[in-house]
Amino acid sequence: MNLDLPLILAQTALLLLLAPLLTGLIKKWKALLQNRRGPPVWQPFLDLLKFLRKDMVVSEHASWVFPLAPHLVFLTSLSAGLLVPMVAAQAPLGLFGGALALVGLLALGRFFLALGGLDPASAFGGMGSSREMTLSAIAEPAMMLAIFTLAISAGSTNLGQIVLASQEPGWKFLDPSHALAFIAMFIVLLAETGRIPVDNPATHLELTMIHEAMLLEYSGRYLALIEWGASIKQLVLMTLLANIFFPVGLAVKTTAATFGLGLLYLAGKLIVLAGVVVVVETTNAKLRLFRVPDLLGAAFVLAMLALVSTFLFR
Amino acid sequence: MNFQPATLLVVSLCGYAVGAVAGLLFLRREKLAAALSFGAAALSGLVGLLAALLFLGSGASAPSWHGELMPTLIPYIKFSLRLDGLGAFFLMLVSLLGCAISIYSLDYAKGYFGRKNAGVLGAFFNALLLATALTFVANTIWLFLIAWELMALTAYCLVSFEHEQPETRQAGVLFFIMSHIDTGCIILGFLLLFQVSGDYSFDSLHGLGAKMSAGNRDAAFVLFLLGFGIKAGIVPLHIWLPAAHPVAPSNVSALMSGVLIKTGIYGLTRVCFEFLGPPPLWWGVTVLVAGTVSAVLGVLYALMEHDLKRLLAYHSIENIGIILMGLGAALLFLYFGHPVLAAFSLVAGMYHTINHAAFKGLLFLGAGAVVHSTHTRNMEEMGGLAKRMPDTAVYFLIGAVAISALPPLNGFVSEWLTYQALLQGFGTSGSLWHLVFPLSGAMLALTGALAAACFVKAFGITFLAQPRSEAARNAREAAPSMRIGMALLTAACLLLGFFPTAFVRLLDPLTQQLTGQQISGQLSVANGLVLASLTEKAGTVSTPGLVLMGLCLLPIPFVLWLALARKTKTRRGPTWDCGQPGLTPQMEYTATGFSKPVRMIFKALFRPRRDTQREYDFSPYFATNVRFESHIEEVFVQRLYRPLRISIVRVSRRIRALQAGSVHAYLLYIFITLLLLLLFAL
Repeated sequence: MNLDLPLILAQTALLLLLAPLLTGLIKKWKALLQNRRGPPVWQPFLDLLKFLRKDMVVSEHASWVFPLAPHLVFLTSLSAGLLVPMVAAQAPLGLFGGALALVGLLALGRFFLALGGLDPASAFGGMGSSREMTLSAIAEPAMMLAIFTLAISAGSTNLGQIVLASQEPGWKFLDPSHALAFIAMFIVLLAETGRIPVDNPATHLELTMIHEAMLLEYSGRYLALIEWGASIKQLVLMTLLANIFFPVGLAVKTTAATFGLGLLYLAGKLIVLAGVVVVVETTNAKLRLFRVPDLLGAAFVLAMLALVSTFLFR
Repeated sequence: MNFQPATLLVVSLCGYAVGAVAGLLFLRREKLAAALSFGAAALSGLVGLLAALLFLGSGASAPSWHGELMPTLIPYIKFSLRLDGLGAFFLMLVSLLGCAISIYSLDYAKGYFGRKNAGVLGAFFNALLLATALTFVANTIWLFLIAWELMALTAYCLVSFEHEQPETRQAGVLFFIMSHIDTGCIILGFLLLFQVSGDYSFDSLHGLGAKMSAGNRDAAFVLFLLGFGIKAGIVPLHIWLPAAHPVAPSNVSALMSGVLIKTGIYGLTRVCFEFLGPPPLWWGVTVLVAGTVSAVLGVLYALMEHDLKRLLAYHSIENIGIILMGLGAALLFLYFGHPVLAAFSLVAGMYHTINHAAFKGLLFLGAGAVVHSTHTRNMEEMGGLAKRMPDTAVYFLIGAVAISALPPLNGFVSEWLTYQALLQGFGTSGSLWHLVFPLSGAMLALTGALAAACFVKAFGITFLAQPRSEAARNAREAAPSMRIGMALLTAACLLLGFFPTAFVRLLDPLTQQLTGQQISGQLSVANGLVLASLTEKAGTVSTPGLVLMGLCLLPIPFVLWLALARKTKTRRGPTWDCGQPGLTPQMEYTATGFSKPVRMIFKALFRPRRDTQREYDFSPYFATNVRFESHIEEVFVQRLYRPLRISIVRVSRRIRALQAGSVHAYLLYIFITLLLLLLFAL
């Protein structure tokens, strides 16, 4: 086993820097589509900087679990990011875990964030935790089935292997099963990153919020870590979607030129995907909470069809 | 080397017997009785653990050990023992839990001093451990059935230990009935086997499936599945589990959930793989589907519970389901002719078996500590215990992360193996049955995510936020020996999570015995740092790697703090109260509220019944008093067991008419029977 230290460091830096930028980009475009000027693309960086410099107020009811949550959210998102092939076909730490470990790490962060929501004894936090855990529970089977579809055609759950398998001649690019799995996975992405029509990232102190309700009691440094972690998670999931369904342009050889090209391709794919997310967010209304399971159920059925069609079209 | 594990095994069995006798001998001096019996159990557990580890550690080539129990005492019936890969693995399970729980019990039993006799508790506890250990090493049908029955009876006595409560008595009787139905099924199954083998020894039953007619073989399989399924708690045979586990003393619940229900898994594995194999297709499908259904329904019902121990009991059903997924997949692979994959699935199932024993034992002990200090099992009356019982909270949290299958702990490792086994199953051949693998995998994902939701609730409502009752406000940390017991099982969870490649080596004797394959070498890459799914290409995961990665990334938040936030201050303040000061514990989210979304989404299954009554003076919107009651009854109890019970009672009432008490009628019966027999003989 050889660990490529520069590659690990580079991907960590990429995750840390690209994630807020992507969040900012989506915000900016959403504003433009709604005929607003919107904040500059780098606004999330300024927000993070502001949060980091602020004093913190911690609830007097909170226990030692409260500070644990932001750190775990941040670390698990970042670790999950190191398992995903971003620029190179092989993720720097892909040996440490594939798709299942990635889902597990994100679930670990979510688990502690939900506990952090319950800890300060606020009803808002409990409500957020309850909803977040429920919706993620319904999203998980759809996500797993979609991943299974790819894993079965590639014969591996390691993301790097899935990308490598797609470079081989027998691979059908976006055949019916992959297309269905992609749609399922896209719906799951909307749910997991708290986007309309599942959750509204822009809302505060409303009875409809899910993710934001858990963060209400967090401030200062802790809030910065959670926000950063959440945007890294969004970047990781979008990269996953972009790179395993459209595995073009990933660097197989380790030269500066292929890396540069890979970076360009990644940026292009993320921009397109962000555009789709923005269009979906702007053209849809938020669903009522108890309609969301229907949407996620549809994702599950699509993923199931994807799996059945790998079976039929083999 | 060959001799040592056997000696240790016998020493450990004798130790349990001594503990049981000591508990009864010093009944009058309960402090001494409790110390002696639980001390003996802890030591015997340690010795048994050593025996199992020595045996399993000596590799797959080590021959199994045969011996006789009391060879001269009863000349006609042989009580022979055997220590083999499968038996030793389960011996490890019972010894590990026996040791940790006994240490926990040293202080836990003090809660009964002056109220109940702790000596009796200790005696039965030892007897249960002895019976369970004997079940795993018995080598004749006789000894197995005797140990099985002894186990059921001692467990019954322990379940009804606090028999003053009517709830406890009811649960005890239910357990008694169910465990005797299962013994009945198992006896019938063994009779079918005995017909062919003509010998009581397990050795003679080896590979008997090939000699049996297909009908008999299937009948035996169904009987064993029912019998062992009741003990294991497969849905819909599980109804005794959520009744019996909560009412038993917590150390007993931990033992029952950790080990007792695993005897069902042991029996099923022994019978299906060793005696009745090679399996036909539908066995594997049945076991896999039963496992999937148990897993999903178990966790769904667990989410609806706000009794902490009942919640854990339902999770046992869920985890038995996950174990059965591994076993079912293994049976299917044997049918499809992939012994290596069968061994792999078996490793997944067995790994989950020991993991479940470790974390569920831990969680029950934690729940026991909580119940011990708050005197309630109702989560709605807990809260704020993380500050009052910090050690217990840490142990419970680790158990909760492990059972929710989150990396990097042991639950994740075994579920990862199960996923991989199911995934590899899809590619094995072209039959449509292969869809059952990924579908089970998707249901496993649902189960895992719902389990995480359930343990956010279990830990969050119990340990976090403000205390919801006076008892919770005054809760105290658990006594030292209780904390040691929990710490031991926590360590087991961590070790099983961090060193999977070392542990799978101990499973080689087991897979060699049941499938003829040893696969630990194929599962380990990069000097054992990384766990592979048979090949490195098919998928890898490394729990130590993930931990290391997390630790290496930890400097990033630290550097951020150092660079930007060092001068900031942290202030303690009230929780945001929407401008209306005075947040009370009543305003917190409740356990029932937490699971409300799941209840609504799956309401077709739960069929919740709710009852709201308002008292008001002038308008229903300004109620002076509100009474709310919500109740969920299991669909199986409602649709299956209640009608069954009613019809049994009705039939027995009819039959009672036969027993009229008149001698003439009885003479008539005898005459008719005689006539019938004569006719039959002619």
